Amino acid sequence: MRTLTRVLEGIGSTLQLLVRSLSHVPTLPRQWGRFIEQCYLIGYTTLPIVAILSFFIGSVLALQSGYSMENFGAKQFIGSLVGLSIARELGPVMCAILLAGRVGSAIAAELASMKVYQEIDALETMNIPPARILVLPRLAAVLVMMPVLAIIANLVGWFGGAIVAKYTDFIAIDPPAYFAALRRFMEFKDVLNGLIKAEVFGFAVVLVSCNIGLNTRGGPREIGASVTRAVVTSLILILVLDYFVTKALL
Amino acid sequence: MADSCCSATRNPFTHTETPAVSVAIEDLSKSFGPLEVLRNVSFKVEPGEIFVLMGPSGSGKSVLLKHIVGLERPTGGRVTVDGRAAAAEETREQIRMALVFQAGALFNSMTVYDNLALYPREHRIADEAGIREKVMRALQILSLENAAEKYPSELSGGMKKRVAIARALVMEPQLMLYDEPTSELDPVMSATISEIIATLKDQYHVTTIVVSHDRDLALNIADRVGILMGGKLVFLGTRDELRGSADPRVVDFLNPKIDLANPRFKQLET
Ligand SMILES: Nc1ncnc2c1ncn2[C@@H]1O[C@H](COP(=O)(O)OP(=O)(O)O)[C@@H](O)[C@H]1O
Ligand SMILES: [Mg+2]
Repeated sequence: MRTLTRVLEGIGSTLQLLVRSLSHVPTLPRQWGRFIEQCYLIGYTTLPIVAILSFFIGSVLALQSGYSMENFGAKQFIGSLVGLSIARELGPVMCAILLAGRVGSAIAAELASMKVYQEIDALETMNIPPARILVLPRLAAVLVMMPVLAIIANLVGWFGGAIVAKYTDFIAIDPPAYFAALRRFMEFKDVLNGLIKAEVFGFAVVLVSCNIGLNTRGGPREIGASVTRAVVTSLILILVLDYFVTKALL
Repeated sequence: MADSCCSATRNPFTHTETPAVSVAIEDLSKSFGPLEVLRNVSFKVEPGEIFVLMGPSGSGKSVLLKHIVGLERPTGGRVTVDGRAAAAEETREQIRMALVFQAGALFNSMTVYDNLALYPREHRIADEAGIREKVMRALQILSLENAAEKYPSELSGGMKKRVAIARALVMEPQLMLYDEPTSELDPVMSATISEIIATLKDQYHVTTIVVSHDRDLALNIADRVGILMGGKLVFLGTRDELRGSADPRVVDFLNPKIDLANPRFKQLET
């Protein structure tokens, strides 16, 4: 019962923060510097790890599907399978999970520390809404950066699959055949589908992390607790949203 | 250092003409759960007055200040600034209030300069050159010119406090609240801060509330003094009345005797 009220309170305060941030959208052009800084931060912290991870996910997918499809004599479809799984599902989910780990945690830590050391209070007495200068630029940045991350995850993942398909003995499919299969069964709509998912997950991760950071109460010890809470909540939210967004886009 | 007192008495700001505001605390009570921090506190601060609030640590002074800027909401009673509810968001938009936090509350990710420039930038009060002028003047008043490009983590406690005061000055507030502005400062800098507080009030008619243990500050610049003990106001009067007070609690608070033969911590035990 207590957890239920806490969850409902969390949803309420998150939506409130969203509405407050959106009410400051007209100030966004003036906050160009902050927006660029956040874009850079998101890209800089997540790009390398997104690239590494999607390479290996593509490789493993090719390996596994090569192994099981060999029995059906369907291994020429490996390209389609790897391509579709990464574009529609694994790419966006992986990007979002990495975003939660690297960016969501950093946001929660920074805002929680600002709250604990009364910087948020100072902003409020200066009549500078934290939603405007701390939350809005981050939301705008993640909307711009998530598609970029997801596209890179797709390309690198497909590429990783192609390499494994070529150099694994029992698969041995040349890249041209692999990419032909990939293109045959995949439409632009599949990629778009994945980008929309990435967008939704990324936005949710940043919004929730901001809200948890800003609602930190107590001393410095609570900063760590807020970081953990932000990451765990983000992960749960990604998986729950994944189901609903997938269903809505089918 | 030597120059700082004099630049303070010169006109430090091209101040926009704004009327001073009054503050009324009526029957204010505040509890955090079972902990009763303020109990039926009432007083009024007139426009342009310097009101010094004294009292032992933990008596609720910081909590009271937070009510005036609307960071806390009363459990009972009312706090109004110029007749408007302090907790209302519109009040913050209509009246410029600055609170110098006890721990400074500087923005740790920004340089000292950017800390001061944030308010005028966000409220688009002047162009970048105008802001630079305001910021440098405020830094000069507090002898902080050399700290402009430093980050708060590179400053001593006393410097942080002065930066916090400078940041409040840049706001050109109608109501200025200081939470222990002279603790952690050396005696000369404490005197300078007292002079700055008094000067701002004289020249710009800023309504000022100072929370402080600093007897020199209270006895030299206060128009009126309140003493808070255990969440209750035990004294309210002018500084002359404070000097003449015969109330043992007030006398002991202002001039605590260090009695080695009969120490306080032993009295508590019995
Ligand atoms: N946010 C809070 N939650 C719970 N208790 C608080 C809070 N803020 C202050 N207190 C308590 O209120 C009392 C008065 O605190 P404060 O106003 O900071 O004292 P001081 O007079 O030294 O400034 C203290 O006992 C403190 O623990
Ligand atoms: Mg205090």
